[in-house]
Amino acid sequence: MPQELAETENSNATRVDYSTPPVNLRHESDAYVLEVDMPGVPKNGVEIVFDDGKLTLTGHRAKPAGAARLVHSESSARDYRRVFTLDPAIDPNRIEASMDQGLLTLRLQKTEAAKPRRISVN
Amino acid sequence: MKLITYNPASELATWSPFQRLSPWRDFLESAFELAGTESRQWAPALDVREDDVNITVELELAGMRKEDFDISLEDDTLTLSGRRESKAADRQSESFRSERFSDSFSRSVTLPCAVQADKTSAAYKDGILTVTLPKAEQARPRKIDINLN
Repeated sequence: MPQELAETENSNATRVDYSTPPVNLRHESDAYVLEVDMPGVPKNGVEIVFDDGKLTLTGHRAKPAGAARLVHSESSARDYRRVFTLDPAIDPNRIEASMDQGLLTLRLQKTEAAKPRRISVN
Repeated sequence: MKLITYNPASELATWSPFQRLSPWRDFLESAFELAGTESRQWAPALDVREDDVNITVELELAGMRKEDFDISLEDDTLTLSGRRESKAADRQSESFRSERFSDSFSRSVTLPCAVQADKTSAAYKDGILTVTLPKAEQARPRKIDINLN
């Protein structure tokens, strides 16, 4: 696990109320890219909060429409939540998020000072 | 992976052992991942709903394109399959976590009653594939008026 974007331990209480969505995380030269599976969550159901160095991602499921009886169920009715501690090299003002077909993608840009740079020799 | 035709009145129909044990499942899954078991079969969650008019089958699968799904109905068996590709990490990037499945999948459901195959429709929204199968006329509940003399 990278030190740069460590996952904050969920408390037991949190685990009961939310399901933990699977994530992919990759590191590019100027940013981290985080992908989170949240099927059933519409665009307006995504909540992204950055506070005290912690990034909390919550996905609220849309309530099922109609009164059809559920005769077989494998999905969870619980909302999604995952919490990450951000590397100080990430600029919290430049986090870009998009939601497409239940896939939340975050692009976490590094601060200018933390980006790799080329230094020329005089 | 087949669903046996169930008696809707039975509690077994909605019993989902692995969901109830979800913290344990999370634990087991993470244990398997640590062991590097990449080939574990992938089964996206599937729900079946029923009302007087339709059977509705929902498959939870985020980040697909419509054309990546293959939906087929053969006799009383509906099969939903496809493949989810992951955005491959290119040379400039390094992957730290890879928990999202990217592989092919296939789920089959034995439908609980006859349906009108030619009127079946499907939609993909917010990461959920919904297949709506109108029940055949003879499978719908009928209200019969009986005159009392």
